[in-house]
Amino acid sequence: MKYLEVQLMHMEKHSPDCPGESRRNFIKQTTALTALTVVPSVLVKAGEQHEAIASFLEKTPLQLEVNGKTVQVLVDPGVSLLDMLREQLGLTGTKKGCDQGHCGACIVHVDGKRVNSCLSEAAEHNGKKITTIEGLANGDQLHPVQEAFIKHDAFQCGYCTPGQIMSAVACIRDGQANTPDEIREYMSDNICRCGAYPNIVAAILEAKKSGQKI
Amino acid sequence: MDKEKFFTPSGEEDDRVDGIEKVTGRAKYTADHKPENMVYAVFVTSTIARGAIKNLQLSDAKNAPGVLEILSHLNCPPVPGYQPWAKDPNKKGFEWRGLKPFQNNLVWYYGQPIALVVALTWEKAVKAAALVKAEYVAEVAETDFEKFRTDPSRLKPSGEYKRGEADAFKKAEVFVEREYHTPIETHNPIELHATIAVWDGDDKLTVYDKSQGPKGTQSELARNFGLDEKNVRVISKFVGGAFGSALRSWPHVPAACIAAKMVKRPVRLQLTRRQMFTMVGYRPMAWQYIAIGASREGKLTGITHHAVSITSRYEDFREGIVNASQYLYDCPNVNTSYKILPQDVNTPTWMRGPGEATGAFALESALDELAYKLNMDPVELRIKNYAELHPVNKLPWTSKFLKECYDKGRELVGWSKRPAVPRTLTEDGKLIGYGMGGGVFGASRGTAAVKAVLNSEGKLTLYSAVSDMGPGTATAMVRIAAGVMQMPASGIRFLLGDTEFPPGPTQGGSTTTSTVGTAVSMVCETLKAQLIELAQKSPGFSGLSTEELACGNETVYAKKDESKKISLGALVTASGKPQLEILKETGPDPAVRSKYAMNSFSAHFVKVAVDPVTGAIELKKIVCTGDGGKIVSPKTARSQMIGGAVGGIGMALTEEALIDTQTGKYLTDTLGTYHVPRHRDVPFIDTWFPDKPDLLINPMGSKGVGEIALIGFAAAVANAVYNATGKRVNRLPIKPGMLV
Repeated sequence: MKYLEVQLMHMEKHSPDCPGESRRNFIKQTTALTALTVVPSVLVKAGEQHEAIASFLEKTPLQLEVNGKTVQVLVDPGVSLLDMLREQLGLTGTKKGCDQGHCGACIVHVDGKRVNSCLSEAAEHNGKKITTIEGLANGDQLHPVQEAFIKHDAFQCGYCTPGQIMSAVACIRDGQANTPDEIREYMSDNICRCGAYPNIVAAILEAKKSGQKI
Repeated sequence: MDKEKFFTPSGEEDDRVDGIEKVTGRAKYTADHKPENMVYAVFVTSTIARGAIKNLQLSDAKNAPGVLEILSHLNCPPVPGYQPWAKDPNKKGFEWRGLKPFQNNLVWYYGQPIALVVALTWEKAVKAAALVKAEYVAEVAETDFEKFRTDPSRLKPSGEYKRGEADAFKKAEVFVEREYHTPIETHNPIELHATIAVWDGDDKLTVYDKSQGPKGTQSELARNFGLDEKNVRVISKFVGGAFGSALRSWPHVPAACIAAKMVKRPVRLQLTRRQMFTMVGYRPMAWQYIAIGASREGKLTGITHHAVSITSRYEDFREGIVNASQYLYDCPNVNTSYKILPQDVNTPTWMRGPGEATGAFALESALDELAYKLNMDPVELRIKNYAELHPVNKLPWTSKFLKECYDKGRELVGWSKRPAVPRTLTEDGKLIGYGMGGGVFGASRGTAAVKAVLNSEGKLTLYSAVSDMGPGTATAMVRIAAGVMQMPASGIRFLLGDTEFPPGPTQGGSTTTSTVGTAVSMVCETLKAQLIELAQKSPGFSGLSTEELACGNETVYAKKDESKKISLGALVTASGKPQLEILKETGPDPAVRSKYAMNSFSAHFVKVAVDPVTGAIELKKIVCTGDGGKIVSPKTARSQMIGGAVGGIGMALTEEALIDTQTGKYLTDTLGTYHVPRHRDVPFIDTWFPDKPDLLINPMGSKGVGEIALIGFAAAVANAVYNATGKRVNRLPIKPGMLV
């Protein structure tokens, strides 16, 4: 029951989709709530009958570190890391470009490695360290790759830019930014439909050569 | 205006004004917004290409967790603006007003929206959408363009042109003729199209929308939902690319609004990548025939150009495929024809460099072929037939620096190394070739209004409803204002993408800088005059005439004694008003239009290396030159030119959307199967602009580069491939298999 109470608390805190709604529905189903404390089989049956309980029971509680802050969140099954970041944590800097792992707009760092967050289940990330574009700068001090992107005009519309920058940082950290061709190969998972590629390569080369900590 | 001092004071950074927002993830695009209580909508789409829905089985979906509503033709509430059309669904009187979602059970193409599931979360909406089952009465669909493009009974004539004699090439000393094929190309901006609809009661609507024209979307929604325009607000602050796909509002826009009204909550409808192929237009597949005749000396004597392109059965879409053939070169005899073929597909739309890019592939390839036949340098052939007057209307151009582009392009690409005989130059075992292609596009100026607000701190804010899909409108506008006011760009902001601001044009056709920039320039000139007038009333300035005063560095100062100055902020305070506000509307200049032709021009040069064994094509060098008049914002204009070239690389080498002609379904409906250029496909790109102001078009002298950046590029690649391999490719995209 303690676990359920914690989850209820979470539901109140973390259901930006429909504030209060799950909680309200849950409370409405007081008979079911009582059933919860009795027998597990009854609980399952109640779950089938009452959508609120069902959806609540299938949620997974997660604790992870996002951009240096510890975050607790309850996620539905099948929710991608991308949608969790955007819809539940409000970190909309990470973009949905295809939801199929083809475009790279959703790339974030998980424990320091770049990951297509759209292909990655949120529920698998308990205890992980996530860095998104919002976590790259140090307050008002932009990250050297962000600075270089501005200087070299390495974007037009800016939509793929968070993914490009997260990939670019990984490219330099992985030691794959020594030549333009090496950069092009590494960065080829990130599509820029505005065609800023030459400027992106120039920006990465400069950030790498600057000798700053990337 | 002080022409020498135009544009930002020298030495100032020319970075994008919205750069920090874009690199930090703070820029909010449509789907990044989340109004309170918002729910999610997902389309169910048709799995036949032609026919009618017999039955929609919705009960499973309705009972699925979290589902609030399922919108379909079975329950769609009346949409006032649709009624005249709905009464007579067979009448084609609705051209350009698009598919009306959920008004009847008809299916016009595979992937058409047939229902919209609204649920508490996106995942729940997706799951429920999969549970909707449709039964159809299917009819035989026609999606085979190649099969039917020659059937006159199916074709709709869409314009003919003739000057001099038709088919004069037949009498020419030398001529070439060939057919050209271009596939469906999709815009596929990386931002998925999305709309968030928020109703406030029954008569007030706010819409976040990915739109190149917020004002256009506003008036369409007002018309459709029977609302006062002032009660409809459209917000498009950041647009993640579009290239034409957001020039008009597509069915998902009203669908989101209808759904939001039904569930009485804000609704977000974001298309999936698959739906980006079937719901927001594409560059139509086209067939072209072109023949060019010339004298042995290379003077053109006749051009014949015919084209057919695909459209939907519910809308006629036409574009200027054969237009440039009428006027890019001086030729006494030209005849062109254009027809469209309606099929069971979704409606195409303008894609960057619209029809001209398709036409230029044929025209510029054919000229290249002619040059070899004449044993002439392809650039010399173009210079020999350089049009000094617009060949259609015989008017002089406001400006034309295309020859300068040819010269600089040749120099930068190393044209002198081009072998006159194909397949004779190799480097590291690869066949080397050089090619070029030119482009042209209109450079007109439209109507826009801009409001300027100067506050008591001397900071200037400009407002326009225009949106920016990426080229950098705000950056260019700030630079124009900084030039007129002679103040640092850091003291100026340009706010856009909101219909609460004064009306701005739809961003398209390379006209934004010219159109909105003119309004910015005029409003700042008026503001400057007002400030000088205020200064004259200030202590210490009496007796100084208007001519003796100037604006600069956030002050008005005496030209003869620059220490005598008063800050703009102080002048605002002196005016007794909290801020100075000026609204200015500008439009096209009919006097100039009647006397001159107005165009931007480009010339693209490419060096390729082709593997003789595999046929793999590598772009070794790219030089894009463009006469876009005065370049207002060099950094962003260069990026725009590079972006056009990358689009051209896609057109030339990678992009092809295929439809299964049996079912009408797109076979390439992901970014994994529809190949857009990636990092590894794109080398460094050189750009060059003559940068000559065209002051007849607008006070900045700017002509626009968005379209010319792409037009003619694919031909440059094809011509380089011919130079390298001796194989003339007349079908895009060029594939390695075609070269071995």
